[in-house]
Amino acid sequence: MNELNELRRALLKGGCAAGLVAFAASAGLLVPGRALAAEWNKSAFEAKNVADVLKGLGASGVADSKDILIKASDVAENGAVIPVEVTSQIAGTQSITILADKNPLPLLAMFEFVDGAQGYVSTRIKMGQTSNVRVVVKAGGKYYSAAKEIKVTIGGCGG
Amino acid sequence: MAEPMKIRTQLSGDLVAIKVLIGHVMETGQRKDPRTGQVIPAHFIKQLSVGLNGKTVIAAQWGGAISKDPFLGLKVKGAKAGDKITVHWEDSKGEKNSAEATVG
Repeated sequence: MNELNELRRALLKGGCAAGLVAFAASAGLLVPGRALAAEWNKSAFEAKNVADVLKGLGASGVADSKDILIKASDVAENGAVIPVEVTSQIAGTQSITILADKNPLPLLAMFEFVDGAQGYVSTRIKMGQTSNVRVVVKAGGKYYSAAKEIKVTIGGCGG
Repeated sequence: MAEPMKIRTQLSGDLVAIKVLIGHVMETGQRKDPRTGQVIPAHFIKQLSVGLNGKTVIAAQWGGAISKDPFLGLKVKGAKAGDKITVHWEDSKGEKNSAEATVG
């Protein structure tokens, strides 16, 4: 996504646009299906706060939604292994992103869905301290989010 | 050498529930070795994809904060018995692993 955004910005700036397209094509950026095997989103994953993560994801105008269900226990005894189950009931869910607000690196994981894949993810995460677990869903090009607080008694990030 | 992956599938109607268990250290790069005080270098799965009959249906990007020996539960519609589910991952050191399971 990031590459494509940069590419688009560069194209919007004009200048040697034609040359850029040729370059992009030769670099394989315009190959269909490329979006799925997208580069690891470094800027979003290395962001140190939620606002920067959202910026890195290109998510703006995020609206709260009651159609995102986050199933996790209220209290986690071990911050290194916290089971989390996310279901998006929003029609046309394209991706589910999971964040922990107060983790040193808040972005945990991003899942993109195509064809038959359902807006559902169950996994286990690490949290450094008590914080909100935030889920951002992309559907129809728009962003929705929901959060749930999980109390952590022993952190799972530090030494 | 990457440890083997475990994949379980459960079909109900045309919806297949996929459970994946991966053996991986998932080191965040934030942790210090308690003896030496040195930071343990990051080593975690960055990208993971799930395919149904060779076609990618889920593509994931991870950070280091997915738990050690990651577990993943997913659901895919439009599957039938005998379909092939493949899971592929690549980590921050460039190590890769793939596994395949048949929908039963």
